[in-house]
Amino acid sequence: MEPIQAGPDVLESIEPKESAYYNCIRCGLCLAVCPTYREHLTETASPRGRVALTRKSMEGSLDLSPNLLGQMYSCFDCMACDEVCPVGIRPADLALAMRQVGEWRRPKRWKRLLFEGLIGKACRLEAATLPLRLYERSGLRRLVYRLGLDRILPARIRDLEAMLPRLPQRPLRRVLPEIIPADGESRRRVGFFLGCAQSLLFAGGSRAALRVMARNGSTVLAPKEIECCGMPALGYGRRDLALDQARRNIEVFERLGVDVVVTDCATCGSMLKDYASLLGEDPAWARRAAAFSRKVRDISEFLSEIPLEKPGGRVEQRVTYHDPCHLRRGQKVWREPRRLLSLIDGLEFVELPEADWCCGSAGSQLITHYDTSRKVLDRKLDNIASTGAGIVASGCPACRMQLLAGLRGRADSVRVVHPVELLDEAYGLRGQDPGPGGGRGGACKEE
Amino acid sequence: MIQALEKIVGRDGVLATPEDLAVYSYDGTFAEGRPQAVVLPRTTGQTADIVRLAARERIPLVARGMGSGLAAGSIPATGGGIVVCFTRMNRILEIDTVNAAARVEAGVVTADLQAAVERKGLFYPPDPSSIRHATVGGNIACNAGGPRCLKYGVTGNYVLGLTVVLADGRVLQTGGKPIKDVTGYNLTALFTSSEGTLGLVTEALLRLVARPRYAMTALAEYDSLEDASRSVNAILSEGIVPATLELMDQTAIACIEEAMHLGLAADVEASLIIETDGSDQQAVLGEIEAAGRICREQGARRVKVAETEEERAGLWRARRSISPSLARLAPNKLGEDITVPRSAIPGIVRKLRAISAAYGLPVVIFGHAGDGNLHPNILFDGRDPGQREKVERMVGEIFGAALAVGGTLSGEHGVGVLKRPYFEAALGPVSVAVQRSIKRALDPLNILNPGKMFAD
Repeated sequence: MEPIQAGPDVLESIEPKESAYYNCIRCGLCLAVCPTYREHLTETASPRGRVALTRKSMEGSLDLSPNLLGQMYSCFDCMACDEVCPVGIRPADLALAMRQVGEWRRPKRWKRLLFEGLIGKACRLEAATLPLRLYERSGLRRLVYRLGLDRILPARIRDLEAMLPRLPQRPLRRVLPEIIPADGESRRRVGFFLGCAQSLLFAGGSRAALRVMARNGSTVLAPKEIECCGMPALGYGRRDLALDQARRNIEVFERLGVDVVVTDCATCGSMLKDYASLLGEDPAWARRAAAFSRKVRDISEFLSEIPLEKPGGRVEQRVTYHDPCHLRRGQKVWREPRRLLSLIDGLEFVELPEADWCCGSAGSQLITHYDTSRKVLDRKLDNIASTGAGIVASGCPACRMQLLAGLRGRADSVRVVHPVELLDEAYGLRGQDPGPGGGRGGACKEE
Repeated sequence: MIQALEKIVGRDGVLATPEDLAVYSYDGTFAEGRPQAVVLPRTTGQTADIVRLAARERIPLVARGMGSGLAAGSIPATGGGIVVCFTRMNRILEIDTVNAAARVEAGVVTADLQAAVERKGLFYPPDPSSIRHATVGGNIACNAGGPRCLKYGVTGNYVLGLTVVLADGRVLQTGGKPIKDVTGYNLTALFTSSEGTLGLVTEALLRLVARPRYAMTALAEYDSLEDASRSVNAILSEGIVPATLELMDQTAIACIEEAMHLGLAADVEASLIIETDGSDQQAVLGEIEAAGRICREQGARRVKVAETEEERAGLWRARRSISPSLARLAPNKLGEDITVPRSAIPGIVRKLRAISAAYGLPVVIFGHAGDGNLHPNILFDGRDPGQREKVERMVGEIFGAALAVGGTLSGEHGVGVLKRPYFEAALGPVSVAVQRSIKRALDPLNILNPGKMFAD
């Protein structure tokens, strides 16, 4: 990947425009919905504070200091402030933009390594997790538990260890056929964007999504050569890389000639839908990006748009649903997954209090901002406990990792699943392989 | 000084980086004043220690909650000083269902208090538009109002007693759970609306009432702002006392429609939001119907009663968002808070429109018309010195118009920094002198929120 030179024109294009912060009248509405404000109770950790810091930094009365940037990185990017602001200011977007500015002015070497080297190509990320998979498969992990070693670790390390999910023997991407034929008559061709985290960690969810789509008359094309959606690079201030990844992904799906691009990852979905605005000022790509973004659907959205066979089986469980930020606010998708769950006989749905509050994952905040992330998570877990549900459904791998880490040792019997997995269960499809040549179904036991 | 503060509240309770000081230099207005440090006490004892330290060192103290105030009352006004931020004193200490009273710390968010008492079948009526991002302490310091004041009264009507740290660090307890109390001066009332200039309120004992079981909300739309403002008096004169009677003009409606997409008609010149409440469903329904009839008689084009809780919540969310959503139209706005006898409402509305026309800057009119409290908001661009100068003259005229009909500067925002120049004109020299001597008696060193209220 060619590094892009940081000329003044580049900086100008990534710096937030005056109109993005100038009209903030500091009413304070955003404080009431911000998870980092709720834990710290300081203006500095609030959306309004981040907007003020942005403005003062852009106007030159404050330096772009490590502390100022630190406040931008402390944002969970849950976008609750973006949604509530009556003026139309988007504080979470501003925090992201300021990360880009910081990265251009003072590039960090480790980010180059991580984002240009590792996450750039999905397959490289998969190779890099080999040691983790060995830790899992060699029995070392079981040994750690049996000896109680996990209990003597400091809480922080213990939580991180718990966040390491049960990895499949091989990433789904390696074993998934590129074409999964529809069961019976094919009524549409669907492109499937298999996200890195889904492929690596929650393959069971993606397998379920594929089976349910095939069952409902869709021929699914799942290209292997896609790249990371770009969200991690964007979150860590490398917009340039995210744009490159976007262009490559658009090309891949253009070649397939599909009408719709489906993903079962909330984060990938919101990023793919955002390609249109990310590339909106690139004359060579604006139209292609807009055409691509219009085709993108979350799996729950897609299944709500097509005629769906009523599942015959029952799932006798009390289920609650956690709204991923990237689905609820990133894509305004929150009715659809609940509607899918309501199709299932026997399933008792209980609405989760504060369902649309961030779980504290925000991609990697449990690693980078442990204390705040843990407190936000604890509140989420208390709310889950109050529902008495045995299953939490949520369509985002980052949320699911976070919830699984939190539930371990606290409520081990509570399962965390993608909503489409329950639909799959109700169809009685669970465990069957999607198409010939598929890997061993059920190899991934993430619940 | 930082170290001394850290000794009192611990390291995580003191903020002093350039970034911290920058974000604690503003509240809900455009005014700014930078503190030397920010301290977040967790107890009354810590607050008293902070005050003693400040008295010894002669450092100004500025009390602050969530910083949503609209008079720049919670920013340092005299250069430097310590902001005492009460957001971490946010415990609800007691909800006494028998005596219908709640004891809370100053940093409790008003909406959280309301939710907690409503779960017990009780009701805390004061409802400033900032309920979700304002604290009880700030509400008391400004004697905050809100739409429901029309029927239920302002914050001060619900304060039974206070715990106040005085300027020398002593802790004063006022009032108690009895509703009747005439033993001595009413110190509770004195500290309510004192804007942090007489003492620091750390706890409050609040009166609760029974929760009304039914509420109905209607939206009345008018082709003429004049008809809408006349309807207010027509409704009240018939003996109907709605919980709220809110007025908003065309610009206000257009702004919230753009922000929230509720389907409000864009071509009406004004709307009223009317809510009736009570424990007798028939009576509540009867009153909303009567109010609707009167609105139609006064020229309302359409009266629509919200049919679902969602619709009703949407109307109130819209009403609460008017003020901030105006920033969509201009980079700056100055929201005033005049209050007039309600018979003068149609006249003052005419006058506000005349002032707007004379200066060529938009004045958006909305507010709690039922209790005579209007929020004319002047929209302008602060980068243009010509506009800034016009705004100053317009504010003078608006205040003049309110005072001329027996009204006052501020119904619920307070004086703070912004209305300081007009303080004496509103009150007269005798009242100001009496208030100054109270201030001197309680804060002889002038360390409590100096530079506010009094034009010195």
